Amino acid sequence: MTSQLIRDKKIIENDWITTELAIVDEIVKKQAGKVVAFKLSGEDYPGTEQVSKTTYRRKGKILLPLKVFLLHQNELKERLANKEIGIWLYTHEEIHNFIETLGDLNQFPIIAICVGKFADGRIFSIGNQLRNKYSYKNELRAFGDVLRDQIFFLKRSGFNSFLIRKDRDAKDAIKSLDDFSDPYQGASDISEPVWKRIKR
Amino acid sequence: MYKYDHIDRKIVNERVNQYQNQLDRYLNKELSDEEFRPLRLQNGLYIQRHAPMLRVAIPYGLLSSNQLYKLADIADKYDRGYGHFSTRQNIQFNWPKLEETPDILRTLAEVEMHAIQTSGNCIRNITTDQFAGVTHDEIIDPRHVAEIIRQWSTFHPEFALLPRKFKIAITGSKKDRALVQCHDIGLEFFINKNKKMAIKVWVGGGLGRTPIIGSIIKNELEWKHILTYCEAILRIYNLYGRRDNMYKARIKILVKSLGIEEFKKLVEDEWQYIKDGPNTLNIEELNRIGKFFSEPNYKKNIKSNLNDHKNEKAFGQWLSKCTNTHKNKGYRAVTFSLKETGRAPGDASSSQMRAVADLSNVYSFGEIRVSHEQNLILADVQEDKLYELWVKAKEHHLVTPNIGLLTDIICCPGGDFCSLANAKSIPIAQSIQDLFDDMDYLHDIGDLNLNISGCMNACGHHHVGHIGILGIDKSGSEWYQVTLGGNQGNFASIGKIIGPSFSAEEMPFIIKKIIEVYLKHRNEEEIFIDCFSRIGLEPFKNHIYSKAKEVE
Repeated sequence: MTSQLIRDKKIIENDWITTELAIVDEIVKKQAGKVVAFKLSGEDYPGTEQVSKTTYRRKGKILLPLKVFLLHQNELKERLANKEIGIWLYTHEEIHNFIETLGDLNQFPIIAICVGKFADGRIFSIGNQLRNKYSYKNELRAFGDVLRDQIFFLKRSGFNSFLIRKDRDAKDAIKSLDDFSDPYQGASDISEPVWKRIKR
Repeated sequence: MYKYDHIDRKIVNERVNQYQNQLDRYLNKELSDEEFRPLRLQNGLYIQRHAPMLRVAIPYGLLSSNQLYKLADIADKYDRGYGHFSTRQNIQFNWPKLEETPDILRTLAEVEMHAIQTSGNCIRNITTDQFAGVTHDEIIDPRHVAEIIRQWSTFHPEFALLPRKFKIAITGSKKDRALVQCHDIGLEFFINKNKKMAIKVWVGGGLGRTPIIGSIIKNELEWKHILTYCEAILRIYNLYGRRDNMYKARIKILVKSLGIEEFKKLVEDEWQYIKDGPNTLNIEELNRIGKFFSEPNYKKNIKSNLNDHKNEKAFGQWLSKCTNTHKNKGYRAVTFSLKETGRAPGDASSSQMRAVADLSNVYSFGEIRVSHEQNLILADVQEDKLYELWVKAKEHHLVTPNIGLLTDIICCPGGDFCSLANAKSIPIAQSIQDLFDDMDYLHDIGDLNLNISGCMNACGHHHVGHIGILGIDKSGSEWYQVTLGGNQGNFASIGKIIGPSFSAEEMPFIIKKIIEVYLKHRNEEEIFIDCFSRIGLEPFKNHIYSKAKEVE
């Protein structure tokens, strides 16, 4: 099978192993089939038990859930310095709550955002904040329910790496990175609006 | 009006190709219904009761005659010879075939039109005053910034999949005709103490299931920050707006739950990072766009001949109700009513569209506006040509003199077409129009807004109608709830529910009773809404429900 990963407009092999969260009996509050985790509810997911039970590989390049990384931050120092550790988070996890503990984001060679559902557009704002507010420079990856029709917007929101959903063809998806040639507004990829870039 | 350059043309053409590809993948079963849904919605395509419905964008309600001719052609070729003008100043076609929608988009692109973001959870068509540029109480022409925001919001990558739809309205006049207090963002232009253009920003207003008048988030924003400030508001909404329950997903719910102060703090914090950034507007761009809206060549010293026809009552009624004063002496803005008795409010046939386009070419510099009250407007008509215009427009059933009156009903397509609706709305409008067919009686009743929505989504703006009617579903049958005292404009308010709901058959008579109470209580020259504010709900309630009991 060919790779599902598009990075910098090329299909390449994925050399990062994603660490999944442990499956526990903890009751995840669900409503209408979705995890309820928005600012107003204050609910925490993944929970403490789930984070502490999650295990990860002792060698090689791994992507860890944000909270799992924070729990084991000390013992991961050396591997982090070796550029073996990346972090991933859900779209409802607010990076600004962790930014002090995390320190410089550019120590991570990769940050990945898991989008649970195509329609969840929070991922775009997260990309924008990581690139602009937090000046993150390295690989920014989208994974989960990532399909052809989001990736133009993801690219413009600062993502340069897209792990296309398993049942879809990355070779087909990559075409959409060029859906539009001269977008109107400034965003994370092209910061100037069209009226500053091109004589109209 | 704004004319496309090579950038705009390229974007619209690229969009047609993108959409064609998405539709092909859907038809080849590479995309599921669920996956295709947000894609087609972003393109204004609904799956309706009978056929798909395609909503075409009319940015801030402004059309050229060429565009209107093209809409007429589309109505004939792909629809059943008519279109429906909506309360967002757009046009909807109710009978296109799914496979033909890319062809329709290609046809639209020929005249610089599209269906981008006319639906779906994204920034929708920017709306403004239908009398922009010609009204005497205008401070700033809102169309300049409307066009700038249109471009900025088109395919904005960060706001393509918001929690829910997002509507922005702009006003630049003393009298607000754009309902800025009832929008997700409302922008109110004014001149500040230093004689500079500034903006008052409203946020979190809206109709729908939970009607709320917006709150002021910024009293005075410098115009150059308009895009970055909107971006900050939208980012906070995108991140924190509820996504678990679509009925609680609008920004108004977020603003209410956090409180305006906390919401404002989040927005201001976010704004600090982007303020003065690349999207900050500059005077060159404002002027470049402004040139497209420069004044046409108005004639000077027009001799009014209105007195020649003062004995013609029908013309006189039309003149008083369907024409508005103009900032230039000798000119008027003319409203063609799409509310003739017997027709669905807001519907226009292809022949009417062509007639309006013809008339605009002869009498109004080839431009037409669509109002959120679902009528068509020629904004620049010479007074000495009004009679001539009236005679010609009459042949096409465009001169019903009911603008602002009881039968100028704002009405959504309702249960006849829309799959969201609980109840039909067009037949209710028609039965009321039938009962109040006497023009003299209508003029005696005077200014009154009657708005009808077929469901809680409130596309017919029922909450802000002086009289509002809402279709509801009670164990499978259609009922109608009546509200009184809603209002739009600078003193916007939400109507109060009068009591238990009524059947469709009862509705025209209930309206009649409401009018009876008003006529009995009104002081001289007092319009309905003022009378209601003075006497309150009780007299109406008593008259309607006591009678109902007697009948039982």
